Amino acid sequence: MIADIVRSRAFVQHVVLLPVLLLVPAVAGRFYVYILAVIFVTGLLAMSLNLLAGHGGAYQFHHAAFYGVGAYTAALILTRTSLPAWVAFGAGPIAAAATGFVVGAICVRLNKLYFGMLQISLGSLIWILVLRWYSLTNGDDGIHGIPMPEFLSSATGVYYFVLGVVAVCLALMYLILKSPFGATLRAIRDNPQRCEAVGINVRRHQLIGIVVATFFAGVAGVLFVVLEGSVFPDMLFWVLSLEIFIMCLLGGWFTFYGPMLGAAIMVALRTFVGSYTDYWTLVLGIVLILLIFFLPEGIMGIHLRELVRQRGRRASMKAAE
Amino acid sequence: MLRVENLRKSFDDFKAVDGAHLAVDPGELVAVIGPNGAGKTTLFNLITGHLKPDQGRITFNGAEISRLPAHAICRKGIARSFQVANIFPRLTVFRNVQVSVLSQKHLSHTLFRPAQRMVVEETERILESVGLIDKQRSVAGVLSHGDKRTLEIAIALGNEPELLILDEPTAGMSPEETAATMGLVTRLAREQGLTILFCEHDMEVVFNVATRIMVMQQGRTIIQADPEEVRRNVTVQEAYLGGA
Repeated sequence: MIADIVRSRAFVQHVVLLPVLLLVPAVAGRFYVYILAVIFVTGLLAMSLNLLAGHGGAYQFHHAAFYGVGAYTAALILTRTSLPAWVAFGAGPIAAAATGFVVGAICVRLNKLYFGMLQISLGSLIWILVLRWYSLTNGDDGIHGIPMPEFLSSATGVYYFVLGVVAVCLALMYLILKSPFGATLRAIRDNPQRCEAVGINVRRHQLIGIVVATFFAGVAGVLFVVLEGSVFPDMLFWVLSLEIFIMCLLGGWFTFYGPMLGAAIMVALRTFVGSYTDYWTLVLGIVLILLIFFLPEGIMGIHLRELVRQRGRRASMKAAE
Repeated sequence: MLRVENLRKSFDDFKAVDGAHLAVDPGELVAVIGPNGAGKTTLFNLITGHLKPDQGRITFNGAEISRLPAHAICRKGIARSFQVANIFPRLTVFRNVQVSVLSQKHLSHTLFRPAQRMVVEETERILESVGLIDKQRSVAGVLSHGDKRTLEIAIALGNEPELLILDEPTAGMSPEETAATMGLVTRLAREQGLTILFCEHDMEVVFNVATRIMVMQQGRTIIQADPEEVRRNVTVQEAYLGGA
């Protein structure tokens, strides 16, 4: 199995890509290193959402709530307790996954849009709790100046930490999507009724998917704390959930890296166009309209369509032989 | 093997199934016939757990199954195809069947092992037996209508069922496709010892293939007997065959 992975084209691409990313802090300015780290964190969040949205076909409409839970859990442990940092970093994803389990267990009872609406309600409940519980969370002031361990005091240290964690998470997600569970998840996306009829417990699979995805959202939340040193209630607001959904659509939600690309585009637009005008979302709107007309499966979706064509050709050639 | 006793199901005021009886024994090829709206599909949906009955009993191999969810009934050994081609359109033909085999082998929860090399032999054997092996790498959504229906049967076979339920397996097919599909069905029944329950509009097909026929009208079972007796039955002739 390991030999298969080493021989695959994806592995070779990554072996080339990783050193390039490792060298970035040596050649690029601090600001660009920071932006790249922001893209990785946002991209990880979008990719965790895409496990459910693109591959699972679930209407996971309030994914940001779990990102916030992960971030706040880590921030609270770091500021209110004297526990070591790794406890906080571990507790974030676990708290996010536990919240995901509870919210998920309620939501999977409903289908499609109703699932999404219920999730927005429950997610907003968590948001309100964080916003109003002043004594615990500082409400809309957020928590700032969160103390970090020594190795995360420099921008380069933060960058390498984020890069390392995101790389491990992506590798895990890749394995999961290639596993029988991943295949079953995509089958549920395509046709839940048929899945039931072949003996698949659709709800249980969806729930496992939600727990896995919210765990990775929690990891992204912790990385946000590491990167920014602060948390605020906007992290749990539904607008962010919408933004990461758009990232998935933008980059191509039936692909693996699509959401990461979508995150890169959104972060770049916000950073660079946003520095000229407050109306950067106008540019985003135009991009989205063009996308819907010309690339309905997202930017990386063209690659997918090409693949389908090639496969079709190959199959018909084989049949002709 | 399968026993349905006095089954009833209403949607609001409409009695879709209103006293259906059915017995299927191992090795049989049982056809359910009846005019449109007679409740054939509803009956199948009740048996496979996609609907819950209001009244009556369904037992399979002696165990009551009428309150179980669809996926649990499938685990007991009943697989089905649907009236409209019900496949996984974005997955490859191979993956369509593999998902079903993985489910049957309780592997669909496996998280960290690549699926690529799993249950390949079983999946290919099924594709071979239904004649889709050459198309295993194409995306299922682009198959012809006939191939999609065949793929449906292949997906159902992935569950290694004892009883295979086919809801109008030849709906919308040309006469050639119909003949090919029914040929496949009878061959599967013979070679793999499958018991098959199906419904069908084409009377010629039914009387050629079925070892026993159940006639439904307005949700009620009129008669359940071998083809000859059904053909002779006066009520059936008036209600159904008379017009044909």
